Amino acid sequence: MNKITKETNNWTEDQPIVAINNVHKYFGELEVLKGISMNIMKGEVICIIGPSGSGKSTLIRCINALNDINSGSICVQGQEVHSDHLDKLELRKKVGMVFQQYNLFPHKTALENVMMAPVQVLKQDPKVVRERALRLIKKVRLEGREDSYPGELSGGQQQRVAIARSLAMEPDIILFDEVTAALDPETVKEVLVTIKELAEDGMTCILVTHEMGFAKEVADHIYFTDKGVIVESGSPSEFFDNAKDPRTKEFLSQIL
Amino acid sequence: MDVFYNLFLSLYENTGINLTIIYDAYDRGRFIDGVYSTIWLSLSCLFFSLIIGLVGAWLQGSKFSFTKRIVQIYIQLFRNTPPLVQMYFFFFGVGALLPVVEGEFGIPEPMISAFSWAVISLAFFAGAFNVEIFRSGIEAVPKATIEAAEALGYSRTQAYIYIVLPLAFRVCLPSLTNNMVNLVKTTTLAYAIAVPELLYVSNQIWSDNSNVPEMMIVLLLVYFVLVGILVWGMSSWEKKLKLPGYGV
Repeated sequence: MNKITKETNNWTEDQPIVAINNVHKYFGELEVLKGISMNIMKGEVICIIGPSGSGKSTLIRCINALNDINSGSICVQGQEVHSDHLDKLELRKKVGMVFQQYNLFPHKTALENVMMAPVQVLKQDPKVVRERALRLIKKVRLEGREDSYPGELSGGQQQRVAIARSLAMEPDIILFDEVTAALDPETVKEVLVTIKELAEDGMTCILVTHEMGFAKEVADHIYFTDKGVIVESGSPSEFFDNAKDPRTKEFLSQIL
Repeated sequence: MDVFYNLFLSLYENTGINLTIIYDAYDRGRFIDGVYSTIWLSLSCLFFSLIIGLVGAWLQGSKFSFTKRIVQIYIQLFRNTPPLVQMYFFFFGVGALLPVVEGEFGIPEPMISAFSWAVISLAFFAGAFNVEIFRSGIEAVPKATIEAAEALGYSRTQAYIYIVLPLAFRVCLPSLTNNMVNLVKTTTLAYAIAVPELLYVSNQIWSDNSNVPEMMIVLLLVYFVLVGILVWGMSSWEKKLKLPGYGV
C-alpha cells in the first residue's frame, strides 16, 4: 500500500483525476459493486445512471471514503483512497460532496453553513472565508438569504446552500448523489442550472442522477450501471441514441 | 429594617404566627445559611451530574465494548437503588473506610465532609439519568448530518463538538430540565447526613420555636421559588435555542 502511495504522488493533469480500477464492495453477503472500473479526467462531467439498488450511490461514496471497498483501487489525483495511509482531510479537501437530503447543519444559518468547514476544519481566517462564502451564496443565487436557517429555506434553496458549502472548501471534484431526487420538478431546475454553471467553469463533476435530460445536455460521459456492474458507457449521443445492451434499452424505454 | 422586623414580631404577638426567621437575627442567620447551602449544593450537583452525563454518553458511544459495559453497570446501579441508600452508602460505608485527618483546630475530622459526600452521591445519582438523556439526544442527530460533516473534512471529534452536541443538546433540553428539577428537590436528602441545608436548618428552627406549620409553609414556598427560577431559566434557554423552521 505504502509503495502505491509513494509511486503515484507525481500525478499530472493528463492522467485521470479519479481512477477507479476493478472495485468490489460487499454489504455483508451482498456484493453491491462487482468489479467497477472507470477513468475520469479533470474537468469532465460524468453521469452515472441506472435503476435503484444498482450501486451508483455506493460507488461515489467510495470515492471520498465515506464507504470503504473490499478490493480494487480508487485513486484521486494519484492518491490511493483505500489505503491505511490515507489522509482523510487531504482527500476531503479535494473531493466535495452534495447529498440527496441536503444535510445542512440546521443550527446554523445559510452563511454559517458555508463558512463552517473552512473556518473550523481548515482554520482559515474567518474574514477571508466570509468574503468567499458571500460570493458563493451570490453564485448560487441566494443573495438576501444569508441569515436564513435551513428550516426557513425551500428544498431547492437548501440544496444550493449545500452546493455553496462544498464549494467553500475549494475542491477539485464534486460528487452529487441524486441531488435533485428529493425536490419537486419546479425546483429541480434551479439546482441543475447551478450544477451546469459549475460544469461550465471546469469543475470535475460526478453525478448520480435520474435527470436524463440533464445528463444528455451536460455530461461528457455517461455510465449505466445495473446490479453492481457497468453495463454500458459512452458519450450522451452514443448512449441515448445507440444503446446496445438490452438492459440499457429497457431502462431508457421506461424512463424516456 | 427594624420597622420591618418589628412588624413580624408584632404579628407573632398578635396572631401567634411565629416567623423567627425574619425577626430573630440568629434564626435569620442560620436560615439564610441554609438557603445558601441548598443553592450551593444544587449548583455543585448539577454541574458534576452534567459532566458525568456528558462523559458517560461519550463513553457509551465509544467503540470499546468494555467502556460501554462499565457505563451500563453504573447506570443500572444508580438508577435502580434509592438515592438515600446511596448517600448512606457513601457517607457511612465509603466514608468510614477513609482515614481521619486533623482539622483546622487540631480536632480530628473525616477526610471528606458530609457536604462533599452529598455532592458526590447526588451527582452520581442524577448523572446516571443524564447519561441516558444525553445518549437519546445524540442518537436523535441524523447520521446523514454527521456524514455531511465528515465529507467536509470534519474528524469524528470535530463533528461531535461542532455539530452533534449542539443539536443533541436541543433535543434533550426538556428532559434535562426535568432531571435538574428532580435533583434540586432531592438535595433535601442531605438532611439525613446532617448537611445544614434548608430542610435541616428549618428542622432546627422549628424544634427551637415550635413553629412547625409556619416553617412548613416557608419551606414549600422557598423550594417553589428556587425550582421556579430554574425552570424559568431553562425554558427561556430552550426558547432561545429554538431553531426557526426546525422540528427540534
